[in-house]
Amino acid sequence: MQLSAFMRNNFFTEIMATITYIEAISKGLWEEMERDSSVFLIGEDIGVFGGAFKVTKGFLKHFGEERVIDTVLAETAIIGAATGAAVVGMRPVAEIQFSDFVTTAFSQLVNNTASIHYRWHLSCPMVVRLPSGAGIHGGPFHSRNPEAWFFHQPGFKIVAPSTPYDAKGLIKAAIRDNNPVLYFEHKRLYRHIKGEVPETEYLIEIGKGDIKREGNDISVITYGSMVHMALEAAEVLRSEHGVSVEVVDLRSLMPLDTELIFSSVRKTGKVLVAHEDNITGGIGGEISALISQHCFEYLDAPIQRLGSLDTPTPYSPPLEEFFLPNTKKVVAALIELAKY
Amino acid sequence: MKEEKKKTKQPRWSDLNLTNEKLIKMYHSMLLIRRFEERAAQEYGKGKIGGFCHLYIGQEAVGVGTIEALREDDYIYTSYRDHGQAIARGVPINESMAELFGKVTGISKGMGGSMHFYDIEKGFMGGWGIVGGHTPLAAGTAFATKYQGRDSVTICFLGEAATNQGVFQETLNMAELWKLPVIFICENNGYGMGTAISRAVAGDNLYEKAASYMMNRGAVNGMDVIEMYREISKAITIARTEFKPTFLEARTYRYRGHSMSDPGQYRTKEEIEEYKKLDPIETFGRELIEWNIVTEADLEKMDEEIKAEVLKAVEFADASPQPPLEMLYENVYA
Ligand SMILES: Cc1ncc(C[n+]2csc(CCOP(=O)(O)OP(=O)(O)O)c2C)c(N)n1
Ligand SMILES: [Mg+2]
Repeated sequence: MQLSAFMRNNFFTEIMATITYIEAISKGLWEEMERDSSVFLIGEDIGVFGGAFKVTKGFLKHFGEERVIDTVLAETAIIGAATGAAVVGMRPVAEIQFSDFVTTAFSQLVNNTASIHYRWHLSCPMVVRLPSGAGIHGGPFHSRNPEAWFFHQPGFKIVAPSTPYDAKGLIKAAIRDNNPVLYFEHKRLYRHIKGEVPETEYLIEIGKGDIKREGNDISVITYGSMVHMALEAAEVLRSEHGVSVEVVDLRSLMPLDTELIFSSVRKTGKVLVAHEDNITGGIGGEISALISQHCFEYLDAPIQRLGSLDTPTPYSPPLEEFFLPNTKKVVAALIELAKY
Repeated sequence: MKEEKKKTKQPRWSDLNLTNEKLIKMYHSMLLIRRFEERAAQEYGKGKIGGFCHLYIGQEAVGVGTIEALREDDYIYTSYRDHGQAIARGVPINESMAELFGKVTGISKGMGGSMHFYDIEKGFMGGWGIVGGHTPLAAGTAFATKYQGRDSVTICFLGEAATNQGVFQETLNMAELWKLPVIFICENNGYGMGTAISRAVAGDNLYEKAASYMMNRGAVNGMDVIEMYREISKAITIARTEFKPTFLEARTYRYRGHSMSDPGQYRTKEEIEEYKKLDPIETFGRELIEWNIVTEADLEKMDEEIKAEVLKAVEFADASPQPPLEMLYENVYA
């Protein structure tokens, strides 16, 4: 795809392998486990079953059950235990089978995990992997994008990769980080998105966004699954409307790469903030506020936002489609912005 | 001596006041669930059903034995593996199939899908996708019926892995402390997804999880619809007359994968075959024939009728319209 060609031209000339998004996560985990024996995996059905989505398939056989721990069905205990292990020198990577189920571990995360360093000056190097997102007809409890709940709580780092390259670089960086990192991986991207990934080791700095497509007229500030819709829409705007759209992939949601956001907006003067999470109370609101505060005199149009509609996720496939943002909706929003 | 022999000549359900009609209904209900789900699996394969779909095949006796012992004003909560209990409760199969298809004629109007069946008219309170999350709701409903001066009972089905959720223990304590008319039926099918119970629950007897609350408890053969009916009936009497909860472990087995996408590499084919020998529908059918309640031909005819009925449900679901887009917003608030 176009994206990988872009990355090849811009970033490296190393030997590359084309892999899926899910393979990239697996490889990143695998390499970190090989590198550091304090890294271990903990979660429901990650061992014998290989993970609900098979991210950890083959791990049990290679690393053994001391390091690939099938837990009982108890998210609160998984997160709490990971936290307790992290504060005494381990680097747990906890899998929450679907990000929706993190709700049952909410108190552990936002009360205990998030505040440890603030209270004790003790690092808590753990990763929570959160398969998220809709578009698979999972209905109300298997489709959420709950990143905003944690964005609101100081103490977490939050990442949400959109490509295999970013997925691998970020999982490795997350594991090496000394803070609790919430790693949102989009379920629909797992096997749908392929991309080139270097064979040699690399990390992606948490807190650094990435311009996935350069443009001059409008900026789309986005992350996760919507990066792909934004890229498709940008191509439509170029070919059908002669409008040049820049796609800023945040990659990290906490901390936000405000420098990158602001420099893009200052260049284009028009901005669409987009995410798959529903609009009200989403991270896009915070980003919009930051832009209006810091880039006000550069703006040629009101900041626009796009996200899911403000309802629970319906099972009905046509309603789910109506509920979710998609390329067409991005195109429509960009056309409106272009009019200013 | 003579007395003894005479006794064994009685069917084992002779103490239960079950009419032949009722016995046949129990068989019919189990078979209807089985055929409905076999068909649902096919439709899933064709892409007519999306998302997640968990089949109850193998566990039918638990749902039917329990629900046949209930009154119309009782309530039922269950997990995402919910088609069986819904059908046992008389939720129509047309609307059930339509829900799987995501159609507006579905029992949740296509908003919930397989995991979120619901029918208030039948006291069927769902269909819940977060494991263990529904257990306190059942306690709350039991609290309310007691408060309102009704003698309804609330049934709460849950899987054995669901007992590992903290909220379940919180609920058990509350139920016993407040003397609530709620019955927890733990469907121990041996696995939570790919994790065998031996790797997931400390201790031998699951039902002893209720021991620390001194709750009425026990285990029952969940492959046997009569035994289910018998044990549930006792628990129901206790709940209705003494307002006391019960925790019952129904030992059962699911033949199919956890959901449609599970190749089942965590267990052997032999194990599945062993359990199929205990099949709740086949064994009960044979018994009904032995006691001259039905003939083989009767059961075959019933099966044909059920298959035709299920096919009609598929046609109904297929022909039903999609929910209109504006419905997305309609029910966010009351
Ligand atoms: C809180 C929560 N964690 C995890 C899941 C994913 N999940 C769905 S069913 C299941 C296994 C449940 O097993 P059990 O309670 O034994 O019920 P069974 O599926 O065997 O009927 C898991 C892990 C979930 N839906 N909710
Ligand atoms: Mg189970």
